[in-house]
Parts: sequence; C-alpha cells; structure tokens
Amino acid sequence: MRRPTIRPTLMLSSALVLGSALSALAQMPEDVTHFTLPNGLETVVIQDDRAPVVVQMVWYRIGAADEVPGKSGIAHYLEHLMFKGTDKLAPGELSKTVTANGGSDNAFTSWDYTAYFQRIASDRLPLVMEMEADRMANLKISDDDWMAERQVVLAERAQRIDSDPAALFAEEMNAIVYDNHPYGRPIIGWRNEIADLTRQDAIDWYETHYSPNEAILVIAGDVTPEEARRLAEENYGPIPAKGEAEPRIRPQEPTKQTARRISMSDPRVAQPRMTRSVLATERNPGDQKQAAALTVLADLLGGSPQTSVLARELMLTGKALWAGASYDGLSLDPTEFTLSLVPPQGTEPAKAEAALDEVIAKFLKDGVDPEDLERVKTRVRAAQVYAQDSAHARAYDYGQGLATGLSVEDVNDWPDILAAVTADDVMDAAREVLADGGGVTGWLTPEPPAEPAAKSAPPKSDPEPAKAEVQG
Amino acid sequence: MIRAAIATVLTLLALPAHAIEIQDVTSPKGIKAWLVQDDSIPFVALDIQFKGGASMDAPEKRGAINLMTALLEEGAGKRDSTQFAQAVEDLGARISFDADDDTLSVGFRALSENRDEAADLLALALTQPRFDESAVQRVRAQVQAVIRSEATDPNSIAAKELARQAWSDHPYATSLNGTEESVAKLTRQDLVAAKNRVLARDRVVVGAAGDISPEELGPLLDRILGGLPEAATAPLPDKAELQLSGGTTVIDWDSPQTVVSFAGPGIAIDDPDYFAAFVANHILGGGGFSSRLMTEVREKRGLTYGVGTALATGLFGQSWQGGMAGGNDTTGQAVDLIRQEWAGMAEGVTEKELTDAKTYLTGEYPLRFDGNGRIASILAGMQLIGFPIDYINTRNDKVEAVTAEDVARVSKRLLDPAQLRFVLVGRPEGVESTD
Repeated sequence: MRRPTIRPTLMLSSALVLGSALSALAQMPEDVTHFTLPNGLETVVIQDDRAPVVVQMVWYRIGAADEVPGKSGIAHYLEHLMFKGTDKLAPGELSKTVTANGGSDNAFTSWDYTAYFQRIASDRLPLVMEMEADRMANLKISDDDWMAERQVVLAERAQRIDSDPAALFAEEMNAIVYDNHPYGRPIIGWRNEIADLTRQDAIDWYETHYSPNEAILVIAGDVTPEEARRLAEENYGPIPAKGEAEPRIRPQEPTKQTARRISMSDPRVAQPRMTRSVLATERNPGDQKQAAALTVLADLLGGSPQTSVLARELMLTGKALWAGASYDGLSLDPTEFTLSLVPPQGTEPAKAEAALDEVIAKFLKDGVDPEDLERVKTRVRAAQVYAQDSAHARAYDYGQGLATGLSVEDVNDWPDILAAVTADDVMDAAREVLADGGGVTGWLTPEPPAEPAAKSAPPKSDPEPAKAEVQG
Repeated sequence: MIRAAIATVLTLLALPAHAIEIQDVTSPKGIKAWLVQDDSIPFVALDIQFKGGASMDAPEKRGAINLMTALLEEGAGKRDSTQFAQAVEDLGARISFDADDDTLSVGFRALSENRDEAADLLALALTQPRFDESAVQRVRAQVQAVIRSEATDPNSIAAKELARQAWSDHPYATSLNGTEESVAKLTRQDLVAAKNRVLARDRVVVGAAGDISPEELGPLLDRILGGLPEAATAPLPDKAELQLSGGTTVIDWDSPQTVVSFAGPGIAIDDPDYFAAFVANHILGGGGFSSRLMTEVREKRGLTYGVGTALATGLFGQSWQGGMAGGNDTTGQAVDLIRQEWAGMAEGVTEKELTDAKTYLTGEYPLRFDGNGRIASILAGMQLIGFPIDYINTRNDKVEAVTAEDVARVSKRLLDPAQLRFVLVGRPEGVESTD
C-alpha cells in the first residue's frame, strides 16, 4: 500500500458533507471535524470541552523506515533536534515555554511517522500552534547543539537498548523478521551509524520531508472546530509545501522460503522466553477486514490471562508461566503477528514450545468458540465507550491512522469492521499467520542452551520447511 | 512575537479548577465517597483505595498482600478464574486490583446499562475470593518470576538497595513482592488473613466520576463494599523515620551504563513548607526539560537521556528522591553535577525560575481533571491524604504564596549534600563506595 498523496475531492469539502457522503459504514462522530488546508496540511479536530485542556499533535508522514541505508536513526535524531530552536525560539525555548504555561510536550518517532505534541490549557492553544508552525518551517540547528544532542541520543540508546538484553533481543528478532524491508532496522538506529550522523544529514532530512503536505495536524479538547480551523489557517496556512509529497515506496519482503530460529543468552536474563513472529497484513485504506480479523484473533488467543485460548490451554494448565499473542495493524507496510511464551520454572524451553505448537494446531483444527468471539466483541464495544474518556487517546488514533496511510473514514469505520468479524474471518486470518512456515522463532535465555532448542523439539504435526539457524 | 504572546497569556494563568464540583456522598450503610457527576459518556469510573496496602503484611509474611491482591481476580463465589473473568467481560466492565506500599487499589469501570451487575461481581471478588489452590500456585509462580526478573534489573537493584538503607525495619525497606522463599511459604490461610488486614470499611476511600447521581452512588457503594468487615484486623503501620546517611554505594553490574538512584530527607505533606519544597523540586529536577538538573546534565553535556527528582511523600514516610542513567565513563561527572545542583538550591533561585515554576505548577493542575478515570483517582487520592473537599480550589493559592525565601529556607533545611545517598549500579569509572 502506498500513501495516497493529496485527495483533491476532499480538500475543499466541509466535514459535514464528508460525514454524510463518504462514510459507507460509520458516520463521522459529531464532535470530529476534518479538513485540509490549501497547502496540503490535513487537519482533524476533536471537540471535548469537559475540561479546559487541549492537545495539539503534528504527525509527519516520515519515519525510520524511510531512511536510506547507512543513515539509520536520522528520523529520530532530527526529532531531538526539532527542539533546538528557530529564528524566534532559542534552543529549548519551545519546551520551556510550554512548561512555563503549565503544559507538557514531547515527541516520538516510529518506523512510519514522527510526531510532536503539546498538552496545555485550552486558552494557550494559539501559543503552541504558533511555535509548532514556526518549527515546521524555520528550524535552526546551531553548531553548538548538534554534537551534544547526538550524545544524548547515544545515551538514550545505551539506556533503552544496549543495557537491556530483552531490547537487544527484540532488535535482533526484528532484523530477521524483516530482512529486506527497512522495518528491520531499529528506529533509534544502529549505534555505529548514529555515531556518524551529521548536522548536514539532519538538515537534509528536515528540508526534504518537513512540509505541510507531509503532515497531519490533530487538535483535541476544549476548542470549537471553527476556532481550530481559524488558528490552523493563521499559523500553518502561510507555510508553503515543499513540492509534491513523494509516494512512500519501500523495499518489500520477499516470500519466505524457510522458518528461521535464533537464540540469544545473557546472564542478566532471569526468565527464558520465546517470541515467534510472522509477517501479517496491515490495515489498508478501504480494506481493513483482514486486519480486523487478525486483531480479533490476537485477542481471542492471548487477550486475557484467564479467558483467552492460550491462557486456558497453557497458563491455567501449568504448561506456561505466561503466553500471549499480539498484533497491531496500524502500519504502512505489512506488519507482524507475534506469539510469546514464558515457560514455567524448571520446564525445558523446547517442551513449553511444543505445548504451544499443540495448542495452535488444535485451534486451527477446532476453530473459534462462538462464546469467546461474542465476549471479544462485547469488549470491543465497551472499549469504544471508555475511549471517549480521553481526548488525547482519540487524537492519537486519528494521527496514527492518518500517518500510516488510512483516511479519517477508515479510522471511523474501524470499530464497526471489528464488530463485523465472523468466526470464518478469524480462521482465515489464523491460517495466514499460524499455519505459515515463514516465521521467526527466537529464544532469549539466561544460559546458552546445551543443544539448539530446535533439535530437541519433538516433531510437530504440521510439515515444516527446513530451518536456518541464525545466532543472535 | 512568541515572547509577546507569552507575556499576554501569563496574566490569564490563575485558572481555578472551577468546573469541578465535588459532591460528598454517604451511603445508607455509612460508606463515604466523593463524586464528580458527568453524564456525557454512559459509564462510571470508581477508584476504591484501602489504606495500608502492602505495608499491612504481617511479620514473616512479606508478599502476602501482594499475592492476595493478584488473586482477587482469580475467581470468587461459585465462579473459578476463567468463569469470573468471563462474567466481567460479558458485561464489558473493567475491574483491576493493585497493591503498592500505601494502598490496595481497585479500579472499576462499568457501562451505565449494566452497572449493578458489574458491581455485584466486584463485591463478590472483595468478599468471597476463592483463593483456589491451582490459582494460588499459578499466580505465586508468576510473582516469583517477577522477583527473579527484578533481581537482574539494574533499576530494581538500585531502588531496592536505596529502600533497604532508607527504611530499616519498616515495611518500606523491602519489596512488597516478598522474596522467592517468603512467597513460597504462603498458605491459603495466610492469604485470608492478609485480606482481613487490609480490606475493611474503616480503611476505604472512594472516588467516583461519570454517569451516576449521588442518589444512585450511595446504594452502589453498599452493593460493592457493604459486605466487607467493619474494621481491619491489624493497626496501620507506624510512621517510618528515614535512616539514610550521606555517601555512595556502588553495586557492580556488567552493563555499558550505570543506573543512579539517590535520596535525601523529604517532607511531610502537612509541613508548612511542603509547597515550598514542591516548588523547589520543580526547579531542581521535577520540571522536565526546564529543570536545573536536565539543563546541566543532559542539555549542556549530553551525559544522560534523562535525570529527574521527586518528593516521595508516602502515607508512612517521606524522602526526596531522584534518578538517572548514564555511560560508565561519565557517570562520576554526572553524580558530581547532581551533588552540586542539590547543594546549590540553598543559595536561592531566581525570580524567573520561581515565576516559571509557579506558572507551570498552577497551570498544569486543572489539566489533570480531563476524564472520569483521572478524576476518580484524584478524588480518592485527596481523601487518602486527608485533604478537605475544597482543596482543589485552594491548592493553587498555596503554590502562588511560595516566595524565593521559602524555597531557599526549605532547600537549606532538606537539600543537604552531606545527607544525600547515591546508589550506583553498573561499573562507573572512578567512583567507589564510601562505606
């Protein structure tokens, strides 16, 4: 899936028209407004006046998976440097100003997007919009700041990744799950490549990608759509787009010919654990059915430590200390479906893994328990009600959806698509991700295994492709 | 232009949380709660807290309250673990239990359409938990896995060592999880006893927010809590005196980074200088990117990804704490900077620092009340501490009243580098234990 560039039919329409004309499934929620400025800045406004608070988020449709080989970490490094000032703002002044006004601010980088947000009293919205717009167009990276900030990023990497064996293991898993797609590179970057990033790399990245037509503005909280629109036009309207937004075409994963296994051991690991990841379909514009089925599948398999399939079959029976399944469809390109397992103390990892394999094989054979499916749907419906309680979380949903190529309508439709998932849909999805031999299985253990776990595992019921050993 | 905008908004900052109307509700059976009613979303959030929390563990039974709390969702009445969780899910309700050093807390969210049924399930969990042998074994093993994981986590190692030195024989000195051995010995009888030490009506406070009237909340409180014993079977723990001495403890840990935890004397919440300390902490290390420590250690020198401090004011004791992580080669330099900034606070703060801190702290306060879940927690927390019901309206005035002299005085009294204890977990170059 490619990111749709500008959608001219939507640009000049009012939200009201959009809501009635284009929503095949769900209506636009009454408190949500959507419009695009002439310079291409797509804007979503969520009105919630229960508290005098507002959140502004700017999501750039650019992330770590858009980096060129050899420059890993530049998207995240630039995120740090975005706090280093403009002609009008001294280094650090944006955050200090937000703080001095009682607000909080931060930023985050993912493979598909880089986002900046402030949470502040609603009468301070003009102030934060002025500052955010200023750094969309006028970032300055002084000679004094860029090297110290690179040290901060290296310190961040040391703290989050290098001193945590679980994080290092996840990084290795990822590099093997995606051996061609740039999702295989860590968002923060490889240490040796971060250390070589330069001020010019950062400037180039900013000049190429930070443009209103590659951004999404989300305003949520105590503000009317009219006022938000006026402020958006006033602050962001004058910023010219830097040419046409380029389609985000990345190298895709080839069809996998083998299952792969890795193992990593580290004395700092207290508890052996297994992760098995396989590539899975993501949420695509106008086509979210398979992703919805995968979401329900993950919930059925591992969504509760008492009622899910893995909990009942493995945890309650003492065959696993913990077992789970996870899937997040908000991704520009194909994502992953993951099973996780922690064996009970004293149980051989291979034995626990075999028990998991048995449960999965049985699930593929027996299918979905209709009562389980009904409960998952009740949870989904209730979650929709509870989600209304946080304007910040709703802003996140729209921002992340739009930044990963979905439309506002896709975001609105999602709960209904989830609710429409059938048992057959779930089993189709299960066959996509559970019967496939192309996954990566990794074990993180305190001690190196006496022999490779793969060899001591009992034969499985499904025919298996040959395994490639990759040491982590 | 931006600075001009700031100047104009500063005058508007005295935002009282005027929109918040708290109702004092007493149930037919005499259970009290504070309520903020808001029917815009069809659900109610309750935050129910029992004073004492894991610090109510009996001697020799460390970890019992934590394990008991984890088992409250593992079956009650006629329903086993799975059946109980299924019943909650069938209603779309959310029930969670957690224990910390000060409270055992219960989170409850229920849709308006089936609120009473959800309340009945919670009541069952609180009054008739099964503690089935299979569930006890399973959850015990999970807790033991957590204990093992913490033993190899440098952040936990640092926190535990600091607590051990700080709190002597008070429950605060040891982990509420207990040890693998102490947890292994716990029996079903111990769990029942643990429940009776903490889950009682004389220990409970309730915050409620959302789609419910005071007339409806009263009976709901009785429905959920009416079946609990009147009084807990053990007194609340004594206040703990901080036992820390100044100095440095280095714990060897094979990692490229050193985790640093530090603490010195704190301040009680009813101390006349509490708000002065609150403002001082913001300037020193509480204020995110704008604090003195972040400026010196991160922004100017890139020695860490983050450094911060907090007033750790518990129900039974208090300290002033902080933490960071940094490379082994530069941690010594970072620790020197922290010590220097810690001491520097007694020399006073600038008017700008004071104004910025007060503007932040008063401006941030009303932002906290944005959602039923958050409001319910705030209301429970206020009652736990013993604040008056009008505290929300007076709290910002107390922050505004703090002067530069107040900040200097309280800093001089508490931020004494000679009383500051560092615990370093890693291989910090050139830093050694002082004792």
